[in-house]
Amino acid sequence: MRPFTYERATSAQDAAAKAAAMPGARFIAGGTNLLDLMKLEIETPGHLIDVNGLGMDQIVETPEGGLRIGALVRNTDLAADKRVRKDYGVLTRALVAGASGQLRNKATTAGNLLQRTRCPYFYDVNMPCNKRKPGSGCGAIGGFSRQLGVIGTSEACIATHPSDMAVAMRVLDASVETMRPDGTTRAIPIAEFHKLPGQTPQTETALEQGELIISVALPKPTGGTHIYRKVRDRASYAFALVSVAAVIGRDGKGAVALGGVAPKPWRVQEADALLPKGAQAVSDRLFAEATPREDNAFKIMLAKRTIASVIAEAKG
Amino acid sequence: MKFDTPAGTNPIDRMTVVGKPTPRIDGPLKVSGAAPYAYEHHDVPGKPAYGYVLGAAVAKGTIRSIDTARAQRAPGVLAVVTYRNAGKLGKGQMNTAKLLAGPDVQHYHQAVAVVVAETFEQARSAAAMIDVDYARTDGAFDLLAAKDGAKEQGGNDAPTAVGDFQGAFASSPVQLDQNYTTPDQSHAMMEPMATIAAWEGEKLTVWTSNQMVNWSLKDLAATLQMPVENVRLISPYIGGGFGGKLFLRSDALMASLGARAAKRPVKVALQRPLMANNATHRPSTIQRIRLGCGRDGKIAAIGHESWSGDLEGGGLEVAVQQTKLLYAGANRMTAMRLAVLDLPEGNAMRAPGEAPGLMALEIAMDEMAEKLGMDPVAFRVLNDTQVDPEKPDRAFSQRNLVRCLQDGATRFGWSRRKGPGQVRDGRWLVGMGVAAAFRNNLNMKSGARVRLDGQGTVTVETDMTDIGTGTYTIMAQTAAEMLGVPLAKVVVKLGDSSFPVSAGSGGQWGANSSTAGLYAACVKLREAIVEKLGFGPGEAVFEGGQVHVGNRSADIARAAKSGEIVAEDSIEFGDLDKKFQQSTFGAHFVEAAVDRYTGEARVRRMLAVCAAGRILNPTAARSQVIGAMTMGVGGALMEELAVDKRFGFFVNHDLAGYEVPVHADIPHQEVIFIDEADDKVSPMKAKGVGELGLCGVGAAVANAVYNATGVRVRDYPITLDKYLDRLGEVA
Repeated sequence: MRPFTYERATSAQDAAAKAAAMPGARFIAGGTNLLDLMKLEIETPGHLIDVNGLGMDQIVETPEGGLRIGALVRNTDLAADKRVRKDYGVLTRALVAGASGQLRNKATTAGNLLQRTRCPYFYDVNMPCNKRKPGSGCGAIGGFSRQLGVIGTSEACIATHPSDMAVAMRVLDASVETMRPDGTTRAIPIAEFHKLPGQTPQTETALEQGELIISVALPKPTGGTHIYRKVRDRASYAFALVSVAAVIGRDGKGAVALGGVAPKPWRVQEADALLPKGAQAVSDRLFAEATPREDNAFKIMLAKRTIASVIAEAKG
Repeated sequence: MKFDTPAGTNPIDRMTVVGKPTPRIDGPLKVSGAAPYAYEHHDVPGKPAYGYVLGAAVAKGTIRSIDTARAQRAPGVLAVVTYRNAGKLGKGQMNTAKLLAGPDVQHYHQAVAVVVAETFEQARSAAAMIDVDYARTDGAFDLLAAKDGAKEQGGNDAPTAVGDFQGAFASSPVQLDQNYTTPDQSHAMMEPMATIAAWEGEKLTVWTSNQMVNWSLKDLAATLQMPVENVRLISPYIGGGFGGKLFLRSDALMASLGARAAKRPVKVALQRPLMANNATHRPSTIQRIRLGCGRDGKIAAIGHESWSGDLEGGGLEVAVQQTKLLYAGANRMTAMRLAVLDLPEGNAMRAPGEAPGLMALEIAMDEMAEKLGMDPVAFRVLNDTQVDPEKPDRAFSQRNLVRCLQDGATRFGWSRRKGPGQVRDGRWLVGMGVAAAFRNNLNMKSGARVRLDGQGTVTVETDMTDIGTGTYTIMAQTAAEMLGVPLAKVVVKLGDSSFPVSAGSGGQWGANSSTAGLYAACVKLREAIVEKLGFGPGEAVFEGGQVHVGNRSADIARAAKSGEIVAEDSIEFGDLDKKFQQSTFGAHFVEAAVDRYTGEARVRRMLAVCAAGRILNPTAARSQVIGAMTMGVGGALMEELAVDKRFGFFVNHDLAGYEVPVHADIPHQEVIFIDEADDKVSPMKAKGVGELGLCGVGAAVANAVYNATGVRVRDYPITLDKYLDRLGEVA
């Protein structure tokens, strides 16, 4: 870990302004990912801005009939919220499928969206990694890539986004609300929040320098059956090989997003429309431009079969 | 004491303390945090500084240059030790690769430097400031590619042949010829390698976490090129080892070097990401099994070959070991070949040989039973042998495999098992599997010292270790039984090289050997007590805190009223293990379910039936077996060190990447011990059991997955990517 300076922000705008003024500064909230990465010198921020204690820890109803989740709402509290459990079951299910009880107690809503990939080559500083060290190459391509992405990846990076929560938020059409250093706010649709790697895998989100997530808004509930199916080698405490978040109505129409397959929660609007046609059709559309590697090609079949399981479960 | 004839009746046979379910006497210390582990000792001369180990960034090559200047100037840094300033080092007998690299690098994450600083954080930070320039050279990292160049070994590892295997196999009406693979596995124990080292003049003391105090004492002295008398090694509590801590490892060496350079005690715990590549691992295997049977199900030909790899000068994974002994068959062969690989050092991991060997053999037996149209339990029972099948005039000391299989089948509800792919429970396909368990029993010379004081307290001292297995408790039980005192009057002191040399903990030899050594010491102490009391000749009975000879009685404490009585002895084993084959047996039953959509395999319930001689403490033994069964599920379904064949290292080198079972993976386990006492192994009549619990579990899981799905997987771990395309269509 490199030495760093630390301060507590006094407000969201204060935090954003301070971060904008200090390139290389990072916000810290739960620290469940950032601190690990700092210990391994994968992240080497010179300055940490602590945003704990700035409020942003409530879940409130919006005038539109949805929910606004404060950036600092802990994963445990979000999963347990009665309104979330009643109207956004896919979100609760995704949250409790992730990490462990202890981690969920610390991890925040914003931090969960900002998790870095678990690619083992990103985690080993002796290995090439374009995300950790732009221009050094991708160790995962041609290496051990079983856990890694099959779509939305590039020749520079095949990392996946590890979040479960974000996959549920993607299927719910959440929007990420932020504050810029000048105090203005904006809402970024979750579909546009995470960036595909292209030639710049080090850029992972649409956030600008200093821009701070203050909340995540969920639209009005849509009803339907909410399912989150996370497939993994052991029964708990593992990242997804493939996960499927789905909200499916009685008419068989709905929405589906995948985790574990891409650098961001993977959803294709045209694939949603194919849900009544079944898993094969949905899967074919979702993976139309897939570029699997030898180790992870199974994920495409696994995703299809998991979607089939979810459709069957929704039918009851 | 020499043990060279079968044991007669002795005080242990009373089994008033030995054999009783007994909670571990060190339990309260452990749950209250009062049992000091290697990194936590406070009785160190001086405040320890912190050492942090830098691992090599390449798998093979040489260090062209190494620049520590920046690290040495970093805040809090007291010393940086590399091969250039470490002084002349030797290599321990039990080590294949050197523990400190330089100038050559033999494997990835081999220790290159230790940074010593006032705080852990300072040491870690400074370690990242060391600039090492490596000249990387090509290496061999792929067992399959190296297989054809693998060589047969001599001695116990040499090929074996009995009868005419080729002819009998060729003429067998029912044949099986299949290849199986097992991956590299990591011990992944909870406590990493850890040591505090302190020098006082020429004398070195290390508080460490090590299964074999005497081996590692000698190897530390040999590596530092110093007299063994000047080294003391203390290892009272061990947070798991599984064979990973049998040997001196880099934590102990680097702490010692760091302490010498910093002139301060130094503590080193290997950081988790270094554990997989810096430490040893269970080597992967490629195995070929051929079985030839008559239509009656009798094995006529049995052949087992195995290929594994290791660094130059390393050893084999002896995966054919059980096949020499487990089943009858007049025509047999085994062969093992070793390839040179430049991956980290392969070495013993819990039940080396049998654990991966049975993962293959017991799938093969399941496949053959199906070919024969026989029940897998009945097929194994039919092919039982009561003699060493390679040397038929040599009997087993005791062998209850058949009973394990049959009792287990009854208990488990085996008769409800259906054909492959026939049982559904919602989206789950459900099946049952069985495997035989087999692990050789090993005995090792073991010594102990026993003291009796004027309060009647008995103190046991030996360098024996408790690796979480319950050694403290069985030692106390043994002394209490021998001397007729309550458990509470026994104090057990372990894991200190200043105590008599013991068997140590490995190869499931620890419990039987170390208690037998203590038995020998207690026999001597009994004689000394009787003599001190002046009770003369006659059979002495020690019970209820009293000594009785004829009609004379006294409190045991009276013997030591005028001074402590001390006795020391060891047990040495003669050739009974040559005359009789000493092995442990069992049967594992598993019910598993496979999601017919996703292929996720989950174990639903497990049963182990074990025949392992006298069970000294059923509570601790059960704990050993359920832990082993858990490890078996890991090996069956998830554990694999993934090899990067370009860079030559294990990629998933932390506990997020190397998955072991979590609670949710292990729903229900049951263990049954067959009531045995084996008089040919030791006066304790006990055998090892801690590794037996692992042997066969993987195959039982594999066979259950097959029975659930009808899909056979022969490459471990059985992960869904290997069979998803063979599960039926779902969309």
